[in-house]
Amino acid sequence: MIWKIFLFLLLAFVSIAGIGFPIVEKPSAWYEFPLIPGLEENAKIIFFHVPTAWLTVIAFFMSTIYSFKYLRKKNLDDDVKSYAAAQLGMIFCILATVTGAVWAKFAWGSYWSWDPRQTSIFALLLIYGAWFALRSSIESEEKRATLSSVYSMIAFVTVPFFIFVMPRIMSGLHPGSADDSNAGPVVDFKMNGNMQLIFFLSLIGFTILYFWMWNVGYRSILVREKLNKQLIRG
Amino acid sequence: MNSKSYSLFLKDFKSELRTRYAINALAMFIIVAISVILFSVGNEKISASLTGGLFWVVIFFTAMSGLSRAFVSEEERGTALTLQLIAAPSTVFSGKLIFNIILVFAMNTVIAVLYSAMFEAFVIQNFALFLTSFVFGNIGLAVSSTIIAAIIAKAGAKGTLYPVLSFPILLPLILTSVQLTLFAIDGISFERAKFELAIVVSYDVIMLTASYMLFDFIWKE
Amino acid sequence: MTNYSVEALELNKSFGRRLIFNDLQFRFDKSGVYGISGPNGSGKSTLVKIIAGILGASKGKIVHKMNDQEIAEERLHDHIGFVSPYLVLYEEFSTYENLKLFAEIRGVKFNKERVDYLLNKFLLYKRKDDLLKTYSSGMKQRVKFIFALMHSPQLIILDEPTSNLDDEGKNSVYELVREEGQKNIVLIASNEKNDLELCNDIVYLEKYKN
Repeated sequence: MIWKIFLFLLLAFVSIAGIGFPIVEKPSAWYEFPLIPGLEENAKIIFFHVPTAWLTVIAFFMSTIYSFKYLRKKNLDDDVKSYAAAQLGMIFCILATVTGAVWAKFAWGSYWSWDPRQTSIFALLLIYGAWFALRSSIESEEKRATLSSVYSMIAFVTVPFFIFVMPRIMSGLHPGSADDSNAGPVVDFKMNGNMQLIFFLSLIGFTILYFWMWNVGYRSILVREKLNKQLIRG
Repeated sequence: MNSKSYSLFLKDFKSELRTRYAINALAMFIIVAISVILFSVGNEKISASLTGGLFWVVIFFTAMSGLSRAFVSEEERGTALTLQLIAAPSTVFSGKLIFNIILVFAMNTVIAVLYSAMFEAFVIQNFALFLTSFVFGNIGLAVSSTIIAAIIAKAGAKGTLYPVLSFPILLPLILTSVQLTLFAIDGISFERAKFELAIVVSYDVIMLTASYMLFDFIWKE
Repeated sequence: MTNYSVEALELNKSFGRRLIFNDLQFRFDKSGVYGISGPNGSGKSTLVKIIAGILGASKGKIVHKMNDQEIAEERLHDHIGFVSPYLVLYEEFSTYENLKLFAEIRGVKFNKERVDYLLNKFLLYKRKDDLLKTYSSGMKQRVKFIFALMHSPQLIILDEPTSNLDDEGKNSVYELVREEGQKNIVLIASNEKNDLELCNDIVYLEKYKN
């Protein structure tokens, strides 16, 4: 129980600090953020956009791992875990896409410009959209688990192509892109100490939140299945 | 690939000649897709780069209309059980793959010929590059659509699900192939298209390996 | 007399979270007729599919041996003949074409004498070149038996062999079962009393429910 309160306080602090702390040219007080040329106030989205994108990756990766485990052990619990992770991944994926698009409107001038990262996250939305469509079209539990696991394996092997192909075909605008003229990822070079601290606190807070949600998610599916079974048996 | 899978392919080929499940639908679909583009273009003059992209749009949708037959017809008629009784999974997959590769090559050649006749802007400068990317692109298309066909054959709502599941998997291949087609239209040399060609070839290899490894799980219920 | 044996080792199968059978053990190593019995939904068809290697078991395994040599999974279909109500052959081909392509896909030589003998026995020789879609359902059932026996398998699995057959048909099946049971292992999954009377030994699936 205590860690839930702690998590609440952490996320509350991150939200207030992330939105409220001022950005100044030369930060002196502990609560001041540095000015990053070209990003300015827009830079604050890093506290919310990057964690959602990070959790999208974590969640989909976990879903793939549990799919792989299911194929090896044929334990339906693994399929439920994979499904719960993918559900959360989808939520975070949509959040990352939306926060990214809103930020892009102010930073790049348009909501969508087929930047490599935008294309990749769009591909993720397509893959998991298709994955959920596949699952909902199969009645039998076992068949559903097997076929969707196979599909996520196939989708997983296409991931390297998105990483290598996209940047080559379209030029990157995203901060931290390989050809970003300001050299290197933003995280290392342009954030000062307190900005980094809040950024990593946010990352940690959201990650704990994710694991908690995932835990509740898959256990509730298991309970629901058990209840359904009891109802059917009378 | 051995004589058993070749026999399975021959069976599909003969069956196709008698029933014409896929060929008729594919032929009509090619005509429909190209005419839709012709009508929507009207009298506008479209650029060469646009024809390169539209070329792959036609190929993708035509593939989605016909390539699932290989597995769906077995599953719908209930003959999948018979195949399971006489052949190992890898034999089945190889047989179906040969069938789809030949179908893809036939269909894409027809599309390419019709397409270059219909669109004046679609002129290939570096034909050797086009041919190379065409061959490897076709193989990748056949491999991915065969394994996805095996999946959807076991699911409900087969028709609508097929393009939905295939598109994200085919996306890297299609994007790179479009790029290579544009290179060929612009007359860019092999040397400068090396990276893209390497991507298409590695896509083929990776998909082929993954498909053979995963097909057992799909086929054995 | 062939030295074929089929053995189930602590076999368990569940569909999803529904248990079909658990800890199933049996061993058939002499030629003869064996039965698998159980009420509807008890998993008879599931069990024969697992024995035929079409379906995987959840736990445990089936071991097929020939002259004390374990048969590899991908060669299994050369030793098994299978008849089931769910079996469908290719309707756009004739009986002869069907059988020929099955031999080719199996990778074995097409044994013309054996096929002609079976065609005669099942009274289909005259119509062997007609397309299967012109056949009646009884004729299709008889073609399935030829399909199961054409490669002289050592293990013949019959899933509900006499369902939707008339008395004459049933009798010819029984005759066949007795004849094949002399030298091979015949496995019958059925509920019918008459079918099970032929069997030397019977596995009752309802005993393996927990």
